[in-house]
Amino acid sequence: MPLTHLQRLEAESIHIFREVVAETGKPVMLYSIGKDSAVMLQLARKAFHPAPLPFPLLHVDTTWKFRDMYALRAQVAALPGIQLLVHQNPEAKRRGINPFEHGALHTDLWKTEGLKQALDQYGFDAAFGGARRDEEASRAKERIFSFRSANHRWDPKRQRPELWRIYNARKARGESMRVFPLSNWTELDVWQYIHLEKLPIVPLYFAAPRPTVKRDGLLLMVDDERFPLAAGELPVTRSIRFRTLGCYPLTGAVESTAASVPEIIREMLLTTTSERQGRAIDRDQPASMEKKKQEGYF
Amino acid sequence: MSPPHAYHPPAPAAADIESYLEAQQRKSLLRFITCGSVDDGKSTLIGRLLYDSKMIFEDQLAALAADSARIGTQGQNLDFALLVDGLAAEREQGITIDVAYRYFATERRKFIVADTPGHEQYTRNMVTGASTAELAVILVDARLGVLTQTRRHSYLVQLLGIGNIVLAVNKMDLVGFDQTRFETIVGEYREFAERIGMRGIVAMPISGLRGDNIAARSQLTPWYRGPTLLEHLETVPLATDAQQARPLRMPVQWVNRPNHEFRGYSGLIAAGSVRPGDAVRVLPAGGATRISRIVTLDGDLPEAVAGQSVTLCFADELDCSRGCVIARADDPPEAADQFEATIVWMADEEMLPGRTYWLKLGTQTVTAQVQAPKYQVNVNTLEHLAARTLELNAIGVANISTDQPLVFEPYGQSRELGGFILIDKLSNATVAAGLLHFALRRASNIHWQQLDVTRELHAQLKHQKPAVLWFTGLSGAGKSTIANLVEKRLVRMNRHTFLLDGDNVRHGLNRDLGFSDADRVENIRRVGEVARLMTDAGLIVITAFISPFRAERALVRQMMAPGEFLEIHIDSTLAAAEARDVKGLYRKARAGQLKNFTGIDSPYEAPLAPEIHIDTARLSAEEAAELIVSRLP
Repeated sequence: MPLTHLQRLEAESIHIFREVVAETGKPVMLYSIGKDSAVMLQLARKAFHPAPLPFPLLHVDTTWKFRDMYALRAQVAALPGIQLLVHQNPEAKRRGINPFEHGALHTDLWKTEGLKQALDQYGFDAAFGGARRDEEASRAKERIFSFRSANHRWDPKRQRPELWRIYNARKARGESMRVFPLSNWTELDVWQYIHLEKLPIVPLYFAAPRPTVKRDGLLLMVDDERFPLAAGELPVTRSIRFRTLGCYPLTGAVESTAASVPEIIREMLLTTTSERQGRAIDRDQPASMEKKKQEGYF
Repeated sequence: MSPPHAYHPPAPAAADIESYLEAQQRKSLLRFITCGSVDDGKSTLIGRLLYDSKMIFEDQLAALAADSARIGTQGQNLDFALLVDGLAAEREQGITIDVAYRYFATERRKFIVADTPGHEQYTRNMVTGASTAELAVILVDARLGVLTQTRRHSYLVQLLGIGNIVLAVNKMDLVGFDQTRFETIVGEYREFAERIGMRGIVAMPISGLRGDNIAARSQLTPWYRGPTLLEHLETVPLATDAQQARPLRMPVQWVNRPNHEFRGYSGLIAAGSVRPGDAVRVLPAGGATRISRIVTLDGDLPEAVAGQSVTLCFADELDCSRGCVIARADDPPEAADQFEATIVWMADEEMLPGRTYWLKLGTQTVTAQVQAPKYQVNVNTLEHLAARTLELNAIGVANISTDQPLVFEPYGQSRELGGFILIDKLSNATVAAGLLHFALRRASNIHWQQLDVTRELHAQLKHQKPAVLWFTGLSGAGKSTIANLVEKRLVRMNRHTFLLDGDNVRHGLNRDLGFSDADRVENIRRVGEVARLMTDAGLIVITAFISPFRAERALVRQMMAPGEFLEIHIDSTLAAAEARDVKGLYRKARAGQLKNFTGIDSPYEAPLAPEIHIDTARLSAEEAAELIVSRLP
C-alpha cells in the first residue's frame, strides 16, 4: 500500500507533535486563525485522539484582526477539549499602537513582544507554529525544532542539525523551542488537505464582493470603521479573497472569483505570484523576515 | 531569459477540477539530495527544476532578476543559484553554509530536495541532508570529470544508505554534448562506485543552465536513450514503500491514556505492517500480546503500514512506555548495550572518548560512552587513519557502550532503528550522528533464543571454567611457542582447550585480510568472536596473535563474560625478537619487502595492565608456561 504525499506529510507532522509532548515540559500551540493553523489544529487532534489536546492554543492578539477571524476563533474556542488563551500586549494597548500610524512598531509591539510576554507569563517551553519552509527564502533553512535562547533570540549558529526523524528537544531552564510541524508542507499541500479533511476556515479565503481601497500596490479591505480613509478616497466593491491573513490593514487581497476550495486550488495553479507577496512585512528591506526572526518574531 | 525546454504542468479546466484534485491527492513523495561542489551547477540545477515545474512565481522571478543584476554570476542571464540561497549573510558572501529544503511537484510526485553546500561544513550538512533522502543526484562538471569532491560526496551518500544514485554529468553544453566525454566520465565513476560497493547508478548527460534532459529530452544528445532527470525522479521506486515488506517495528513515542478505559501506544510505524489480531512483542522487555485495535481520529483501521502515525491497543495489559519498540512477535529486533558504530562528528569541540553523552535512537534516550575511534576515514581518499578523537566533520568507527540495552537494527537494514544522534549533556547541542553496525555482545539480560543447553551446562560437563588466554607481543617474542606449551600442560590436566594461532587463522578464516591497520582490527575482531563462541562451548581458548592495538584487545575483552579474558603479555625487546627472527620476517621488513610490520613501520601498543606479564629475558618458555598455568582460575 504505497502512501500518498499527504499521508506522509500528515504522519510526519503527527510524529513531531508527539515528540514535543513527550519531551518538553509545557508546550503550547500558537493559533493564528489562518489556514495553516486550521491544518495544524487538525493534525494535533489526530496526534492525540482519543485524548483531548495535551496543550492549550494561544492567540497573540493585536486587536487588528479581521472580524471574520474573531468569529472563527470563537467557534474554535467553543470546541470540546480545546483551551484557547488570548494574549494582548498591555503596553501596546495602553499606547494605542495601530498599523496605520505605527508601521513596523505595530508588528514589533503587538506580535513579537506580545508573544514573548505570553510565553514568559505562562512559562511555555515549546511553542508550535505554522510556518512552512516554502514561504520565504530564509525559512528554507529553518529547522523543524528551532532553538531559542532565554531571551527568545534565534541564533543561526546554535541551531541543531536534524537527522532522520530524530529531534533534540533538550534545553536548559529558560530556553525554549519553536516547533514547526508544517515545515515540509507547501501552500498547495495545505489547500489539498483542507479540501480532503473538509476543515473550517475563515470565509475571507473565499472570494466575495467586499469594500476595498488600493494603496501602495496593495489591495486593502475596509473591514470596520477604524480604517482611516484619505481625503477623497472611497471604498470600491470588488470580488476579492485573501491568500494569507494577518492584521487587516497589513494584508493585501487579490481579485478573484474563487469561492470554493477546489476553485482556490485551480486558481493557485494558474497564479503567478507567491503567497507572501500580499504581506507588507516582508517588503520593508531585503531579508527583513530573517531580522525579525532573530529578534523573536515567529 | 526564455528557457529552451520549459515544463509547464497543464492547468485543469474548471469542470475537471474535482478529478484533477483526486489525481493530485494520489501523488507519492520523493525526498532527494543534490551533491556537487560550488561550481558544478548544483544551485542552478535546483533553480531549473523549480522553474521548469512552475514553482517560481512572478514576484520571486522579479526579485531574482533584480538580485541577478546586483550580485549574480551569470552576466545578463538569470542566476538560478540565487533562488536557492537563504540567509542574508550567506547571500552576501556568495556561500551557503547550511541545508536548505526546496519543494516542487509534477503530475505524479511531490519532491523535497535537500540542498547542501560543497564547502567546509560539507560533511555535517551533507550527512544531515542525506539522512532523510532516498535518492542522490551527484553532479559532475563535464569539463572536469570525477573529482575528489565527487568521490567524497559519493562516499557520504553510500554511508547514509541511499540506494538510488543519479550521476548527472552537467554542463554538457560546454563540451559540445560529446558522447565520448560523457562515457569516459561514467566509466570512471562506475569503477569508483564499484570499489565502495555502490549500486543503483543511473547516469545522464544534462545542462542545468539550458535545461537539456531535465524536463524534456535534449535534441543535442540523440545518442542518449535513458530517461530525463524529471522522468527518472517521477518513476524511481520508493525505499519507504519497500520498508512495508519488512517485519513490524514501531518505536513508541507516547502512551495515550486519557482515562481508565483507554490505553494506546502512539508512534510512527518504522517498518512492516500491522492488523488487529497480529501477535506482537514489546522490546526490550520482550512481553508478548496481540493487537486489539488500530485507533485514529478517522476511525479504527483494518491495517496500518510503515510510514503511518497510529495508536495501537493491546489485547492484554503489558508494560509499555516511550522508548519501547512494538515488533512482530516471531521476528523481533535485537537489544544490546555495546555496539560498533560509524560516528560523524558535528560539533566544534572534539569528541572526548570516555565522556558520557546522551544517545538518542528512535524514541529511546540512554547514556552512552564512546571509546577512542578504531580509525578515522579520510573522506577524500577513503583511507583509514589512526585517530585518538574525532574533530568537526570527521568520520570514524568506534565502539559505543550504553547504560541500558537499546533496541536496534543495523543501519543497513533500518535507518529508524540504526541511526542515532549524540547530545552533549552540558550544552544540549547535537554533537554527532551515528550509524549502528552490529552489537559487540548482547545485553546480559536479553535472551531471545533461550537455549536449553546453556553455556554454564557446557562448562559443567567439562568440569572447567571457560577462559580466553590472550597472548600478545611482538612477532618472534615466543607467543606461539609458549602458547603451545601451555596447551600441552592443560591437556595433560584433562582440560578442554583450543589454540587459535595467528598464522593458521590467516590461512583460512581471515585469508581475505591484509596487514593494514584496518585489516588488523578486523582480524582481531573476528578472532575475538570465534573465541567467544568457544567459551560459550565451555572451552579454554588460547590465542597467539601480535594484536598490536590496545583498542582491539579492549574490544575483545568487552566481548567476553567478566573474568574470562586473561591478557598475557609475552614481553620481549624488539632487539631480542629481531635477533631470534625465527621466520626471517624482520630481515624482510628491514629490507623493505614487508610493509606494516609491527615494531618496524607499524606500532606495538604494549598492555598497560595485563593479567599476566612474561618477561622473556628472565624466563624460559617452559618456565613461562608453568607460571601461566599456575595463574589460571
